[in-house]
Amino acid sequence: MRVKGKQQRVGRFFTPSVVISLAVLAVILIGVLFAGVLAPYDPNYGDLSSAMQGPSAAHLLGTDQTGRDLFSRMLYGGGTTLLGALGVVAFAVALGVPLGLFSGYYGGWVDTLVLRVSDIVISFPSLLLAFVFVAAFGRGFGNTVVALGILYIPMTAKLTRSLVLMERGKTYVEAARAVGCSDTHILFLEIFPNCASTLTAQLTLDFGYAILDLAAMSFIGLGVQPPTSDWGAMLEEGQVMLFTQPLLALAPGIAIAVTVIALNIFSDGVQRYIDPSQRQLPGFGKRGKWGKKAD
Amino acid sequence: MTDGKLLEIRDLRLELMTAQGLVHGVRGVDLSLEKGEIHGIIGESGCGKTLTAKSVLGLHDRKKTRLSGEILYTGEDGGTVDLLALRERELRPIRGKEIAMVFQDPLSTLNPLMTVGEQIAETMRAHLGLGKQEARQRAAKLLEKVGIFPGERRCAQYPFEFSGGMLQRVCIAMAICCSPRLLIADEPTTALDVTTQAQILEMLGELQRETGMAVLIITHNFGVVAELCQRVSVMYAGQIVESGPVEAIFHRPAHPYTADLMGSVPSLTGEKGRLQAIPGAPPDLREEIPGCPYAPRCGRAQERCGNPLPGMIQREEGHWCACPEGEGGRQ
Repeated sequence: MRVKGKQQRVGRFFTPSVVISLAVLAVILIGVLFAGVLAPYDPNYGDLSSAMQGPSAAHLLGTDQTGRDLFSRMLYGGGTTLLGALGVVAFAVALGVPLGLFSGYYGGWVDTLVLRVSDIVISFPSLLLAFVFVAAFGRGFGNTVVALGILYIPMTAKLTRSLVLMERGKTYVEAARAVGCSDTHILFLEIFPNCASTLTAQLTLDFGYAILDLAAMSFIGLGVQPPTSDWGAMLEEGQVMLFTQPLLALAPGIAIAVTVIALNIFSDGVQRYIDPSQRQLPGFGKRGKWGKKAD
Repeated sequence: MTDGKLLEIRDLRLELMTAQGLVHGVRGVDLSLEKGEIHGIIGESGCGKTLTAKSVLGLHDRKKTRLSGEILYTGEDGGTVDLLALRERELRPIRGKEIAMVFQDPLSTLNPLMTVGEQIAETMRAHLGLGKQEARQRAAKLLEKVGIFPGERRCAQYPFEFSGGMLQRVCIAMAICCSPRLLIADEPTTALDVTTQAQILEMLGELQRETGMAVLIITHNFGVVAELCQRVSVMYAGQIVESGPVEAIFHRPAHPYTADLMGSVPSLTGEKGRLQAIPGAPPDLREEIPGCPYAPRCGRAQERCGNPLPGMIQREEGHWCACPEGEGGRQ
């Protein structure tokens, strides 16, 4: 085997579970990205004469109490949901991870400051703080996302910090110092990659939480403003009519669940790929099992 | 081969802050290393061998340790610097380039997420300013030099794909990649089985003859010293108690501790008998020890052993001993 250009990698990234989860995510993404083309109706136009209908050829998932097409609303609402949750997680990563890295590696007063502020933020009920923030900076989806993002920072920072503390004491870090690596090099190129796997797992979970937190904010009127919608808000609205028109709650609920599950499976694949000793190798097949003859 | 001093440690003292209190880990170590010499430091666990070695490279935890003394290193240009006085930033060009280190446990010395080739190449790129391609080719050649074939393919593998002995070879390849003038090996074979130990030691010796670098090898194994070293220093409770040529120390140990230590190692050639354990335990390094640290365990201790020692006494050419007693060891 020749080593050419990029260093050769062992194992595959695109394992069946990664491919399937990616395909599911792709379908969802295409649906919400091309909502304008794919949606048969205006999501906010209600035709009262056809309210509360079950699924039919005209309305794939039926209609809600004001006669709006559920399928169209799902497509449009998904964009808000996914973008919002992504924004929350991105905010937490962009600020929480560097804070955690620095406080864990350098310690001292930076560490103390980060920890104390985190503790203060964590000690309040998170939604209460989000209300305060939105109250101070005004209603609106953007502000809600930022507010939730800030609330996600402390946990991210604390997790990163504890991972750094764990890695910092390992011999490979000392060995890196012994060959003359700088602190920045050690922190970002040696320690950070070794924390990335656990961080990925946590952030994927955070994405799911963010969807639900955004829904809660919308439910009390601080998130998305009607008539625009997101899956979380639709779930909240739909649950009132769970017995008369179950699809109104089921459709967004299932959409959220499928997205989060697919994302988790995908993130498992990413984690397995980050750690080379976990990567999927060709393997021996069934015949390679103990006690059976491999021919 | 001896043409001038390379490293001179003068009165090195190290205090370590621990949860149990202040530990005086190194208590006035004097050690000098000639160019191209293989020098062994031998002693039992916790006697300060590793602390001494790490302070040469400034790898001690700066927040929790206090160091005093001098570590004089003579550079390529003949100028001498005190490594202890250097700041972290000033040490960086020396680490890995002029003084390299091999650690005890090869399994945890390498970053698990990077291929071994990347890790070796990275050091060379940092210190020698090589391009990516060239560094990688050199890394492959280095692997073959330490006996890992085929170098190019093994370069693309991750640490978990190597055995312990192979990983120690990788670590040695990484240590010698910038042709250091001093290699510090901190118990390089302790984590390996005996056959692998012998191979690694043999390889270290060969590399030393080839490159002419000086090697400071830290061990608690007399076999390692006998096989590899020209000179050896025996450490006890943070001090060097005896230092000299390997021959002299093995055949005419002057310090009672050295003699007792050798008496506790099984001999393959000598008479078979029960191994002699040294009674007692090493002193608590948190306390001040005014006199000889070995006195409480020493069979020949006298009243004056509790008083401050007169310092190292030369017994014969290049053979120094801290014990002022007459002939100390068995003949």
